[in-house]
Amino acid sequence: MSAILEVGDLKKHFPIRSGVLKRTTGHVYAVDGVSFAIQEGETLGLVGESGCGKSTTGRVLLRLLPATGGSVLFDGLDVMAAPRAALQRLRRDMQIVFQDPYACLNPRRTVKNIIAEPLRIHDIGTEAERKRRVFELLETVGLTVEHAERYPHEFSGGQRQRIGVARALALNPRLIICDEPVSALDVSIQAQMINLLEDLQKELKLTYLFIAHDLSVVKHISDRVAVMYLGKIVEIADSKLLYVKPQHPYTEALLSAVPIPDPRTERKRRRVILEGDVPSPANPPSGCVFHPRCPRMQPDPCTIAMPPLEVVGTAGADQKVACYFPTLYDPAGGSPASA
Amino acid sequence: MTDTESAASFAEPQLDSPLPVGSENEPVSAKPLGLWADTWRRLRRNKLALVGLGIIIVFLVIGVAQIIAGVTGIHGGYLAPYNPNAVNYTIAKAPPSLAHPFGTDYIGRDVFSRVLVASRISLLVGVIAVSIALALGLALGPLSGYYGGAIDSVIMRVADVFFAFPYILFVLLLVVVLGPGFRNVFIAIGLLSWASYARLVRGTVLSIKTQEYVEAAKAAGASDLRIVFGHVLPNSMAPVYVAIAMGIGGAIVTEAALSFLGIGVQPPTASWGNMISDYLNYLQAGQWWMELFPCLALVITVFGFISFGNGLRDATDPKLKE
Repeated sequence: MSAILEVGDLKKHFPIRSGVLKRTTGHVYAVDGVSFAIQEGETLGLVGESGCGKSTTGRVLLRLLPATGGSVLFDGLDVMAAPRAALQRLRRDMQIVFQDPYACLNPRRTVKNIIAEPLRIHDIGTEAERKRRVFELLETVGLTVEHAERYPHEFSGGQRQRIGVARALALNPRLIICDEPVSALDVSIQAQMINLLEDLQKELKLTYLFIAHDLSVVKHISDRVAVMYLGKIVEIADSKLLYVKPQHPYTEALLSAVPIPDPRTERKRRRVILEGDVPSPANPPSGCVFHPRCPRMQPDPCTIAMPPLEVVGTAGADQKVACYFPTLYDPAGGSPASA
Repeated sequence: MTDTESAASFAEPQLDSPLPVGSENEPVSAKPLGLWADTWRRLRRNKLALVGLGIIIVFLVIGVAQIIAGVTGIHGGYLAPYNPNAVNYTIAKAPPSLAHPFGTDYIGRDVFSRVLVASRISLLVGVIAVSIALALGLALGPLSGYYGGAIDSVIMRVADVFFAFPYILFVLLLVVVLGPGFRNVFIAIGLLSWASYARLVRGTVLSIKTQEYVEAAKAAGASDLRIVFGHVLPNSMAPVYVAIAMGIGGAIVTEAALSFLGIGVQPPTASWGNMISDYLNYLQAGQWWMELFPCLALVITVFGFISFGNGLRDATDPKLKE
């Protein structure tokens, strides 16, 4: 396995302009130094609260938004610096599935037109070939040929999301960024959508960056999971490890907020309840971004510098955490050795 | 009730169509209707808007007939009972009668025929002036809204300049510079009303360009041109249609005002404005019919456009959706 996508110190700062002259008076640090790699064929989950910069990360990776700094390598090719022609080529390999099934399809286009548009943009095939490809894609995502001539408003949320997936698949991409593809769907439909994405991954050898705020959804689909907080990745680990042996206090808090559908177990478990709100990304705290809410905070070093994202203690190379006081586990057992 | 039935079946998505596929069994309630079907459904309930639509249709039929006659020269270039410019002193200042339903004017021309033929000018000014304004607005508005930044600032400040001048004074000035005559009136009105269209389109473009389907097109590698004309503009047009209806009414009034002031359409070519101006003196002498009918034609036509435009705005306003 080799890395299909390598992200290094990615930054996206939005300027805050005010006054008549639109002078920049500050920045929103939406993504602030994010690094990770995705292996070919795997699914990396990216989780975090709303506003933590996970969707912005997805958009910057595709160059839908210009990055402020950092590098993105797709197959070793620099996405951020790619000239027009190379970028067009890259766009065929990297696609996106959006969150809102009601906003992601142009209401004035037929489904056929929507799915065929990427083909038309890249001038692939004749009109008849494109039509055949659209039919094929519709069947791939579990719709039928009769749906081709209809308009988006005639479909339900889940069906619209399938159309969005078909559009993303049109160019035979290798990497798909799924930007909360199920969070706007009913729970019963979420599972179908996840299964569809998993089937497609197996069939078409896709690589996913799966952005979500729902840990249980991410757990199901991801090989590895990165946890984001205020524009930074605070923990990244193999998903089995992360859910069993979380090291970062924020990850622990998130996991303890996932409801367990058994009242007895639910009552017994230890819940970590965070104090306060997420600070504004326009004015992030000094030092570790999590320190104002962290139960283990020590003025020195937590308020002075952001801890690096690295392997700590006896954890394997599959788990990296950005914390001065991570939870350490006994390599033999599962319970925390010390905190 | 066939009308209602056919409209209803057009509006409702077919319920017997094959629904969710495979294991997908979502409820299919609350399907939104298509924009046009939805708009028409709500417009139909607005009596005033329907009256306006009726007036517009009658006006269009008469106006188009006059233009066709004028261009082809059929029936002497006009479609009216009498030649609108035929002078006949023997029947001058005749009150309305069966032969002359709107009476005759001070040199014996048939007022009814003149009112009919003058609709040509009003239709032309409405269509041409609004087309010029719309072409400018649809070119500059999306440019401004889509690219933002310096381009946006420049275009919007120029628009502000156009808004800052009193409109009729500005048109007057431009017509004086270009010289009177109906072609120049069309151009002047068109050139001066682009700013409201540009600003309107800019606003909707600003909101549409952040939609996910626009991002999807970008992610697929679509060019700016394709995004603006394929995705952003088609979804930004609803308020523009309202502005067109209102704008045609406004252009007709402005032409009438200019002709009334004597710098618009020049006699003997009949226009509602120059007729109103021309016949004003005879009102005091009790010969009301000359003045009344061109006034009525103007008022009713403009009322038609404005009330239809109002109804259309209400019908497309998402805040009023039930």
